[in-house]
Amino acid sequence: MSAIAARRRTLPGFGLTMGLTLSWLSIIILIPLAGLFLKSLELSPEQFWNILSSRRTLNALRVSFGLAFAAACVNLVMGSIIVWALVRYRFPGRRLFDAIVDVPFALPTAVAGVALTALFAEKGWLGAPLAAAGIKVAFTPVGIFVAMIFIGIPFVVRTVQPVLQDLDPEIEEAAGSLGASRWQTIIRVILPSLGPALLTGLALAFARAVGEYGSVIFIAGNLPNVSEIAPLLIVIRLSEFRYADATAIAVVMLVVSFVIIFAVNRLQRWSQSRIPVR
Amino acid sequence: MTIEVRNLVKKFGSFKALDGVDLKVDNGELLALLGPSGSGKTTLLRIIAGLDWPDSGEVTFNGEDALAQGARERHVGFVFQHYALFRHMTVFENVAFGLRVQPRAIRKDEATIRARVKELLDLVQLDWLADRYPSQLSGGQRQRIALARALAIEPRILLLDEPFGALDAKVRKELRRWLRSLHHEINVTSIFVTHDQEEALEVANRVVVMDKGRIEQIGSPDDVYETPATAFVHGFIGESIELPVQIEAGVIRLGDRPLRLAADGLAPGASRLFVRRHDMLVGPPGSGAFEGAVQHVRNFGPVQRAEVALSGGETIEIDAPRDRELRAGDTIGLEPRRYRIFAGV
Repeated sequence: MSAIAARRRTLPGFGLTMGLTLSWLSIIILIPLAGLFLKSLELSPEQFWNILSSRRTLNALRVSFGLAFAAACVNLVMGSIIVWALVRYRFPGRRLFDAIVDVPFALPTAVAGVALTALFAEKGWLGAPLAAAGIKVAFTPVGIFVAMIFIGIPFVVRTVQPVLQDLDPEIEEAAGSLGASRWQTIIRVILPSLGPALLTGLALAFARAVGEYGSVIFIAGNLPNVSEIAPLLIVIRLSEFRYADATAIAVVMLVVSFVIIFAVNRLQRWSQSRIPVR
Repeated sequence: MTIEVRNLVKKFGSFKALDGVDLKVDNGELLALLGPSGSGKTTLLRIIAGLDWPDSGEVTFNGEDALAQGARERHVGFVFQHYALFRHMTVFENVAFGLRVQPRAIRKDEATIRARVKELLDLVQLDWLADRYPSQLSGGQRQRIALARALAIEPRILLLDEPFGALDAKVRKELRRWLRSLHHEINVTSIFVTHDQEEALEVANRVVVMDKGRIEQIGSPDDVYETPATAFVHGFIGESIELPVQIEAGVIRLGDRPLRLAADGLAPGASRLFVRRHDMLVGPPGSGAFEGAVQHVRNFGPVQRAEVALSGGETIEIDAPRDRELRAGDTIGLEPRRYRIFAGV
């Protein structure tokens, strides 16, 4: 870079901050991940395939990703409704409810797991009536689903809330005066405006649920092939000193998560590009 | 469509936004609601649109009770100060919105909708922007699209809330003229809100001047300018000189100095005298009702604006033609060509 060009840069500090950013991201994220990949290279492709295609691994991955996605979808719907109520209406205790949303962020996941297990166990407050209705939650996949909903909800609420707050109420008045019903206004005007934020919230809640370990293992029952999540299988393999097996599962989780996050990111970009910023 | 508003009252907490407003709007009128901020003009407009509800009073459209209907049923086109365009839709879809959300029974087919939108974009002269997004338009263009969108539903009434308030001076002037000719073309009963007197006087057929939730005067632009009904209107419209005077025994006094002005028919007591700046005629010392010393002079194109300290204590600004140059230090006589006196302080 010539001296003149260097002087022309209006924001100083590019070299320093960029250098720090790259080294930090390398140390914290990239090097550990590269180590993971290296470790899995100890396996021959055939061994790798055998580990992954084993029934237990496949079932664990299915439980983790399937339930995480289902939980994220539930969180998307319920989270949006919670955001709507918190942003649009003034009611006593609103600030309290607003603060409660953050509890799953702050609570140690093990505590959440124990609490949920106690609540949904066959003799628990919610578990007893559900058991009477023939629904068993604790120590089944349903329990995993419940725990994943619990830890994912703040991600949807906190991403969508500021966007809805910024949405001009005049937009809705305009839609109303043009003859749109309340429902049409929500479907055609409000939801599209919230679209990118909703997708981000979904992706974050999903990513969090896929990686969740602490709260899930208490409530899951951890029955192989039924209610065993992939992160738990990794821990089990590690405790058996089968490090390569553990890393193979980890690599698959990593790749699948990355692909999904990347896809959501693209989708979000695409929907945002249709609404260029002012 | 005629609109009639009777004894409308609206409070926000303890603040009286509307304090007994009566108004009749004739079919095809272009009416301006003019007043300072907080005068209730926007509240009145929003109540007519169905975006707000009064505490008491009546609103009728062609004699029918409008308050029984929501904004959706009233068929009123509303244009917002900040456009309120749908950011995620193209200009075309914005204009088409009102047609697309119609109940299925009366909804037009796609070809008719397209033709109608095209027609409206032609009307606002922006057909070449159909595929853009609102964020890619200038303020003036956005407001014209907002107007086209409001017109798409063939509104019975068109309401505009400070439509040019967010635009710069040059674009405002263009759009004013354009709105006038557009109204001439489509001839739909229209009300617009403004705090800009020039805008109200230039665009509207009739002007409603509001202050503190009440209507001060309703009249043609000439009426409200030439014969203001109240002190507020005189002070608010046009550049006015306002002097506190005392009327006693047929004499008008400014301070302790009697003015050579007729006081016939005026109630005794403290009053205010209003004169337009350009209605103060400059003469030699001793002539005219007032006398004063010129303090500063600045030139504004065809007029010179002089600050004059009246003997009586008050300092006023006058606009005089430049045929006789004034200089700081001159003593001059001033004669109001026209003036009005309102009782009270």
